Amino acid sequence: MTGMLRPSRRRSADFLRSLFSTWYNALITLALLFVAFKAVPPLANWLVFDAVWSSPSADACRLAAGACWAFIREKARFILFGLYPYGEQWRPLLAVLLLVGLVLVSANKRCWTPWLLAVWPAVIAAVLVVMAGGFAGMAAVPTAQWGGLPLTLLLAVVGSAFAFPLGILLALGRTSGMPLIRSVCVGYIEFVRGVPLITVLFMASVMLPLFMPAGVEIDAVLRALVGMTLFVAAYFAEVIRGGLLAVPKGQFEAVHALGLGYWAGMRLVVLPQVLRISVPPLTNTLIGLIKDSSLVAIIGLVDLLGASKRSLSDPEWLGFYREAYVFVALIYFAICFSVSRYSRRVEADLSARQKH
Amino acid sequence: MKLFLATLLASTAVFSAALAGETLDKVKARGSLVCGVSEGIAGFSAPDSTGTWAGMDVDFCHALSAAILGDATKVTFKPLTAQNRFTALQSGEVDILSRVTTYTLTRDTALGLDFGAVLFYDGQGFMVPAKLNITSARELDGATICMQTGTTNELNVADFFRSIGKPFSPLAIEDVNELNNAFFNSGRCDVYTGDTSGLAAWRSSLAQNKDDYVILPELISKEPLAAAMRHGDQQFGDIVRWVGFALIEAEEKGITQANADEMKSSADPTVQALLGVSPGLGKALGLDEAWALNAIKAVGNYGEIFERNVGAKTPLGLQRGTNALWNKGGLIYAPPAR
Repeated sequence: MTGMLRPSRRRSADFLRSLFSTWYNALITLALLFVAFKAVPPLANWLVFDAVWSSPSADACRLAAGACWAFIREKARFILFGLYPYGEQWRPLLAVLLLVGLVLVSANKRCWTPWLLAVWPAVIAAVLVVMAGGFAGMAAVPTAQWGGLPLTLLLAVVGSAFAFPLGILLALGRTSGMPLIRSVCVGYIEFVRGVPLITVLFMASVMLPLFMPAGVEIDAVLRALVGMTLFVAAYFAEVIRGGLLAVPKGQFEAVHALGLGYWAGMRLVVLPQVLRISVPPLTNTLIGLIKDSSLVAIIGLVDLLGASKRSLSDPEWLGFYREAYVFVALIYFAICFSVSRYSRRVEADLSARQKH
Repeated sequence: MKLFLATLLASTAVFSAALAGETLDKVKARGSLVCGVSEGIAGFSAPDSTGTWAGMDVDFCHALSAAILGDATKVTFKPLTAQNRFTALQSGEVDILSRVTTYTLTRDTALGLDFGAVLFYDGQGFMVPAKLNITSARELDGATICMQTGTTNELNVADFFRSIGKPFSPLAIEDVNELNNAFFNSGRCDVYTGDTSGLAAWRSSLAQNKDDYVILPELISKEPLAAAMRHGDQQFGDIVRWVGFALIEAEEKGITQANADEMKSSADPTVQALLGVSPGLGKALGLDEAWALNAIKAVGNYGEIFERNVGAKTPLGLQRGTNALWNKGGLIYAPPAR
């Protein structure tokens, strides 16, 4: 036991010494301590000690100096589920659990079997059916009323699910020997990467309806989903192309020597290696996608951030934007931090394996 | 960008005129009215904690649905941004736009819209801390003025100060919460400009003491807010216009949500016609004779809608002011329903 403690004790001693190792390090340490001394007490007061934790109306909050967590209590369901009918909100809750479960299962290496490829469409279909309803006593809920966390997760998970195969095809196309396919893929990828996501969404929401025949309308959620999928696919494609380039030439030659065709060789030999290499940058892109999904607010969809903004417009509870944003930031942080930790673990796994 | 969009929308206006007369049939066939509202503007259209929409613009949609379908709940609300609201109307995604939209000439013509009755007279004004002892915007000299970017507010302020020949320095911030913080808390600016309804709302909800701030009497722009519908569908346009007028007429005649049924026995011929006791108006509009009765029973008269959503007893605490009836010193006026 003592033997295990010693290195950590030494590490903390090292850490303390490093804070004051030189005069400028000491200066920086002191300056930061001063900032913390100045900033932490008021922040703690606002967050905890002066905060109003529960109150039926905003009046108590207006008198208090601290945060109004009563606002979050009052609005939590609205922020999480948006405009989804209040009595039916077990359905978006179920959808969130399904999506999170799907991601957790997919993250577990023991579950990486061909079955997983069948589980994805099945779970996504189940999520869409539960959200849309219209059968078995569940009222039909149009997508215009979908919102909050389920919408954010849906855009991120379903968007990446469609973008991933598309990205693989684009990457293969870009490295292909056929000039026509290659130039189409290069053109697509470079065009999309040259345009901000917000422009793509804006085109899909403002311009597209004008080109449609009268009365035909494409669902807004679908518009956003397609826009985001097409957008992210280009980024996935570049990541996967990087992976393709990292696979040693010998592997391709081995495929040829074995007499495997292009698709069989790719599927059995090259792509598994590519994907293993690409996991960290793919998760990076995924984190970007999760956060970018908040841009759908500009086309009138009520995602997590959008719902929190709208919760601010209730005349009874005007002005508690700090609380709302802190709450939403915590949710985004929880999601993105877990994804990032997972990516770190996969990376460590990978380098451990390469050492063997 | 704006000009480009306007041209584009104008080019679709011709094409959407082909929809003439169809909106009413469409609404009846669908059994519900699709109403474009804001994403959340307190007092006009904002969702409460259970996601139920409330506000003046929302109540007007309920009134319209009650008049057309006889049921105030048959409304689907579609939140629209300031950017995509007109496209949504043009493309038929919504039947009506009830979203704090200012009635202007270019929107009426080039954008291919029609407007209903003006149900709220707003205008850009100035708010200052009471301790500055300023009573008129003309006294402002070299003031730092907080305003939101991307609105016509910036232009209006520049025009106003040029006309009175005094300098000012603008502090334009996009996010409204940050803007409020700059004025109410950090004191980065002396004056806050914006639509007076908004100024009053922020004052009553954010100021420690409401009397610490005064809204100056000058209005430097006219912002009459009205419901918008597609140009060319005259019948639906008439309905939207007259449902608005009916709510105003009801206030003038003292018909309320509570006494609407009793008022049917009123001796006043205007009341009798409005409530469908003496038939004719409903038929003329292509609606049930109880159209106005249903609308009033659903949301009350204009005054009740105002007081419930933005009036003195609400957190927004607006006075009737220009939005009082014409015979009480305001601008709210309805042509006779006969």
